[in-house]
Amino acid sequence: MRFGVVVFPGSNCDYDCYFAIKQWVSSSVEFIWHKSTRLNTYDCIVLPGGFSYGDYLRTGAIARFSPVMDNVIKYAENGGLVIGICNGFQILLESGLLPGAMLRNTSLRFVCKYITLRTVTTRTPFTASLKKGEVLSVPIAHNEGNYYIDEKGLEELQKNSQIVFQYCDADGAVSDSSNPNGSLLNIAGICSKRGNILGMMPHPERCCDPLLGSIDGLKIFQSITESFKKMQTA
Amino acid sequence: MEKIVITPQIVEEHGLTPEEYGHILTILNREPTITELGVFSVMWSEHCSYKNSRFWLKKFPTTGPAVMVKAGDENAGIIDIGDGLAVSFKIESHNHPSAVEPFQGAATGIGGIIRDIFTMGARPVALMNSLRFGKLNEPNVKRLFDGVVRGIAHYGNCIGIPTVGGEVYFDPTYQGNPLVNVFCLGILKHEDITLGRAEGVGNSVYYLGATTGRDGIHGATFASVELTEESEERKSSVQVGDPFMEKLLLEACLELLQTDAVVGIQDMGAAGLTCSTCETASRGNSGIKIELDYVPQRETHMTPYEILLSESQERMLVIVKKGKEQEVEDIFEKWDLHASKIGEVTDDGIMRVFFKGEQVVEIPAKAIAEDAPLYQRSYKEPAYYKKLKALDLDAVKEPNDYNTVLQKLLADPTIADKHWVYEQYDHMVITNTAVLPGKADAAVIRLKETDKLLSMTTDCNGRYCYLDPYIGGMIAVAEAARNIVCTGAVPLGITDCLNFGNPMKEEIFWQFKNCVLGISDACKSFGIPVTGGNVSFYNENPDGAVDPTPVIGMVGLIQNSDYVTTAGFKQIGDEIFLIGPIQSNIGGSEYLSIIHSIKGGALPEFDVELEKRVQSCCLELIRQRSIKSAHDCSEGGLVVAVAESCILGSGQKLKLGVSIVLENISGRIDGILFGERQSRIVVSAAPKMADALIKAGKKHNVPVTRLGVVTQETISWTVNGKKVIDQPVKESAQNWKGEIERMLS
Repeated sequence: MRFGVVVFPGSNCDYDCYFAIKQWVSSSVEFIWHKSTRLNTYDCIVLPGGFSYGDYLRTGAIARFSPVMDNVIKYAENGGLVIGICNGFQILLESGLLPGAMLRNTSLRFVCKYITLRTVTTRTPFTASLKKGEVLSVPIAHNEGNYYIDEKGLEELQKNSQIVFQYCDADGAVSDSSNPNGSLLNIAGICSKRGNILGMMPHPERCCDPLLGSIDGLKIFQSITESFKKMQTA
Repeated sequence: MEKIVITPQIVEEHGLTPEEYGHILTILNREPTITELGVFSVMWSEHCSYKNSRFWLKKFPTTGPAVMVKAGDENAGIIDIGDGLAVSFKIESHNHPSAVEPFQGAATGIGGIIRDIFTMGARPVALMNSLRFGKLNEPNVKRLFDGVVRGIAHYGNCIGIPTVGGEVYFDPTYQGNPLVNVFCLGILKHEDITLGRAEGVGNSVYYLGATTGRDGIHGATFASVELTEESEERKSSVQVGDPFMEKLLLEACLELLQTDAVVGIQDMGAAGLTCSTCETASRGNSGIKIELDYVPQRETHMTPYEILLSESQERMLVIVKKGKEQEVEDIFEKWDLHASKIGEVTDDGIMRVFFKGEQVVEIPAKAIAEDAPLYQRSYKEPAYYKKLKALDLDAVKEPNDYNTVLQKLLADPTIADKHWVYEQYDHMVITNTAVLPGKADAAVIRLKETDKLLSMTTDCNGRYCYLDPYIGGMIAVAEAARNIVCTGAVPLGITDCLNFGNPMKEEIFWQFKNCVLGISDACKSFGIPVTGGNVSFYNENPDGAVDPTPVIGMVGLIQNSDYVTTAGFKQIGDEIFLIGPIQSNIGGSEYLSIIHSIKGGALPEFDVELEKRVQSCCLELIRQRSIKSAHDCSEGGLVVAVAESCILGSGQKLKLGVSIVLENISGRIDGILFGERQSRIVVSAAPKMADALIKAGKKHNVPVTRLGVVTQETISWTVNGKKVIDQPVKESAQNWKGEIERMLS
């Protein structure tokens, strides 16, 4: 399986994703420059975290106009796997591949810490190897992670089981006290209707290495490779 | 352009003395142009030339078997760490800009220190900061504290370099004059060391990065002579950082250094284009010729004086091999960066600057960069020194209720947990952070693709340095080393940021001189080289100077991840030991300051030889895997150190407490509990390891005392048969963890 990690100007988790995939997922992985237009050789596209174009406008608002994004959109519409992490999630929202928007954290501050995530659905290739309700310990690091969507949109998300991860406490209970940024319904990650596009604020690439404290992030990457293998043999 | 006659008043406004001006006349053998005067003025400022401090800074030991680039030779020093790898690190102050505009002041400080590291060819992988503010209940202190933290977060998070550690102190001495010292560390392969040198006649000089504006120009008073009032209003005195631009610069420069097209590289920091051109030429024993018309400018009608002295951020000077220009321009193009060839290297040793075809500067490069004045300032012992030392502390009443004292100390913002600060910093990007902030006495990052890890810390207690600058300076080094050792590392080197008041005041200079000697003697004794740093004078507010605050940034090496040791207790039933002396003394302590509002007394005795033995003993026990936690005993003394180990070891459900029993204790109880005797480390170990600890103590000739045992729920201290502390860990944790946030909300 070949992963491609997109490098926007200002991406800063690009190498972290690359390293985690190469070192711990043991998959082939390459960088994709933001000016590049050829994506069809990849089996999964990663939009990494960072501050694309400095995020001086809205987060992700400029990156969506990058030459590579037209092709990411086409790639995703054809059913290709796309995972957007943190700034990558914000770019997916700005580009319309996923519904909703990001507001500033209710604390109005950047927040970097380990949080716990509840796996809401295992219907996506990104979570197929997890157990429904499984609690993952994964770090967040963002200023704008307060997910918002209007009522109608939220109904759609729920109806199509597009909510993939919710912030929860260590026992998996979803409550206000386990919400680090004010996100609607504690939403930490959502997917497209088809389930082939995942956007998530927490950073799975930061917790693939036992030395760094948690390897729960690796479960998400492993789920991708296992799902891909199944898709190939099916 | 109209020629300006240099008057004594203009010379004075440039901060140059008549003698210094006389020296300029000798060097040039003629009167300088106004632009040349500006060049000398910034290059001979204390900031660039260290003219008041250099004599004493030479006392620092700067060599060692692992030192690859020495202090002062380049932007930052470099130390070999084996496996063909090296580290480059440096600390720098941004105190005054942060006092005026905390957000941008702190942000641009981060930008500057990062540039210093990647110009050496190193990839920056960690940031730390050492911050000092007045009392946190003051509204203006809250504003400064919040702004500085946001500024650091803004720059560091965006550029994607983790802020992995640091320290924050709150003390009235810093009211109105906060200290913002920032540290950056980078990693490089030996063969990638890049020097700030302009060599090879005909090689091209490139300007890279942001455009030049009128921000941060020195000699502002003078500028108003030359400029109209109208243009004066356009000037922005506060520099604005652009971390996105710096991220592009960083990546482009590191990519550039992988080619063989680059001769030298230097950032345009303090004194901007002036400093970078004459220093690179001076180091390369060359001359340099630049044409200001090619310098990208963001404002119109800038004079050569302004262009040369501008301190606009995110700019680099790159010396490119003749014929390799296209290769370099292609890389800049790839990163959408503007690069402009502004000149070339010459062989006459002269820095020449042209503007609209006219030569505006013609100065021997070496004369500006290396012939700066050097002063031996006079000094005298301050009146307070003997008086405070002799202060009778026996008159200080011992409290009846030590539980309250403990809670007050844990909630003291200087001692309290700093998660409110470090959670605003991305401390995990680059995925090397092996120990999360606050969990150990120093930050620990791993080195990818090796077994090794690096440990780093910043330390200084300004109150100690005020009460006894020589011992305070020694303690700053000793405590930094102790913190490094507690994580399982061996110290490699230090960088220092010397924050003092006005050096023209003899009593201030006495503090400076003695701190430097203390640091220097401690470094020699430990065998740790100083690899660079920064001096910041004139840190004064209307009430006087800040406490002398020579911040030590220290880096250590951990051989493999098995040795990584954190501060929290690990398991119920483990035994707790103190490596180091038990002694009652409250002099200079945080306890004395917070509980009794007294700043004074003689510091507890400090013996650097004992300190070294304590550290060797601790390191040996870590390497034998005999101990499970190690925590240095600092502000708040023994009880606070033990309480912190309890809190750090506790999870959301299980709370680790202690039961500690001390017998045959002599001296004041408060001095035993909260005194700040140095050279002490609280460790915990499985009961079966007790013999190993006692044995190690004997071997290293240091006291090792069994204090008690790790329990659940309660912190309990019994001294000479009397229970003096009995507190739920939960309450202590709430006070320690919550106080800063409570004060700010």
